[in-house]
Amino acid sequence: MSLLFNDFASWQKHCEETNQPLYQPVLEYEIEQKGRTEELIWETMAHAYAVMQDAVKTGLSEDMRSRSGMVNNGAKKVAASPVTTLSPEFKMLITRALGAKEVNSCMGRVVAAPTAGASGILPGILTTLQDLHKLDDRKIHEGLLIAAGIALIIETNASLAGAVGGCQAETGSAAAMGAGAIVYCLGGSIDQVFAAVAITIQCMLGLVCDPVAGLVEVPCIVRNASAAAIAYSSAQIAIAGVNPVIPVDQCVAALGEVGQSMETKYKETALGGLANTAKAREIEKLVLVQDVEILPDEDNAD
Amino acid sequence: MAEKSSIFDMIGPVMIGPSSSHTAGVVRIARAANRILGCLPEEAIITFYNSFARTYEGHGSDKAILAGLLDFKTDDKRIKDAFELAHEKGLKYTFRSIGNASTMHPNTIKLNLKGCGREVEVIGQSRGGGVIRIVEADGFSADFSASLHTLIIDADDVKGSIAFIADVIAHDDCNIATMNVSRKGKNEMARQFIEMDSGISPVALEYLRHLKWVKNVTYIPNID
Repeated sequence: MSLLFNDFASWQKHCEETNQPLYQPVLEYEIEQKGRTEELIWETMAHAYAVMQDAVKTGLSEDMRSRSGMVNNGAKKVAASPVTTLSPEFKMLITRALGAKEVNSCMGRVVAAPTAGASGILPGILTTLQDLHKLDDRKIHEGLLIAAGIALIIETNASLAGAVGGCQAETGSAAAMGAGAIVYCLGGSIDQVFAAVAITIQCMLGLVCDPVAGLVEVPCIVRNASAAAIAYSSAQIAIAGVNPVIPVDQCVAALGEVGQSMETKYKETALGGLANTAKAREIEKLVLVQDVEILPDEDNAD
Repeated sequence: MAEKSSIFDMIGPVMIGPSSSHTAGVVRIARAANRILGCLPEEAIITFYNSFARTYEGHGSDKAILAGLLDFKTDDKRIKDAFELAHEKGLKYTFRSIGNASTMHPNTIKLNLKGCGREVEVIGQSRGGGVIRIVEADGFSADFSASLHTLIIDADDVKGSIAFIADVIAHDDCNIATMNVSRKGKNEMARQFIEMDSGISPVALEYLRHLKWVKNVTYIPNID
């Protein structure tokens, strides 16, 4: 029977005992539990990566303005900026994560990975990783399978949805998936891959979901960029062999606990945080449909 | 414990933004309604309820519903241009929003569609992650997701009809996943909503259509 991805400890134990690469149990899970063929799985990963690459390209070439006006070609502005704060590579990462996420906000095609609100993070991380390290597509597709395994475990023990666990559950999970994929693709050990996941969760813990006017724009887009940056910093720390101290499964449990105790106003309801600022309330008036009919009580039964 | 997800939901689906419940789910509700109508509609009255009533413009759900009525898939890049394309194809539409339908799911849409000489009313919910549930069709309560293969059978409310139909489906090697029967009154017309794990053959479908006590059969293959 295939591994069920209930926790990281059993994934590690399984791979160490069978001497399998980390992605192998993910393949077996999907084949045995969901009845897919191995061929379809690789094709689906290849298609997902192609859509991610396309989103990055679209975000940096086409006009990216949203109906609300809050998104206005931010990724292209960053790419064209004469000032580089860290390195050209860092700037590339940031522009790509922003660009792919802007495509999502502007009704373009993306991969929900794991969700639409976090759909800029893996494209930014993986396209940059491939270019910097000259990795072949197959390695990236393996990285996507690692990311999928990480997501399955987080979904089982915490949540991937902003409405359930706040932003930490969406962008935090995407960053953790990306960090694990980075370390895997660069040849890190299983300990290092999972340490990258643990460290990323430690960095993203507590982030609330407070979208202005309820739209997947502010602060979602800039958080996709910062989540990609945190994934790289965590991967760097982990692949150097630094111990995250708190084991990854316990970090996931903490993610779940924080999500559960987070107030509803911080879970995608647009009632708290940035969504509850004066400016956000102004924007809301412009964006929300105003001519909403209110039915009299007797008509309200259907 | 809930059934575990597919990795295709972890890295996927490929979809049009910004949000799976406001775009992908909305497109799928419209595509399911087209199939209940039996053709692409010529006229549509679209009512957004509750949370959708306020947010449908900002999230582009108006474009998503028109795109679905034009039968675009959830990952079709043309969704963005649905207003222009609906105009080109001559689809007439009206939007309404109702803010306080307290008995309905927060993200509910009602579609009143006209086309091919027919009129239907379909109510659907967008439940997150692109998952939908059709809860009413033509005044009959329903409960199907359109992610499996669905049969809608209108038949006289006669004894043994459910067993007979289930038998035909079983002989076609289809497994029934869910079944929901609703009728307007005793010995009146009953409507059966049957979800199957695999598609039914054209022969079995024709057979069902030719039964004397069966008035109408609508087949909705899984909607991607």
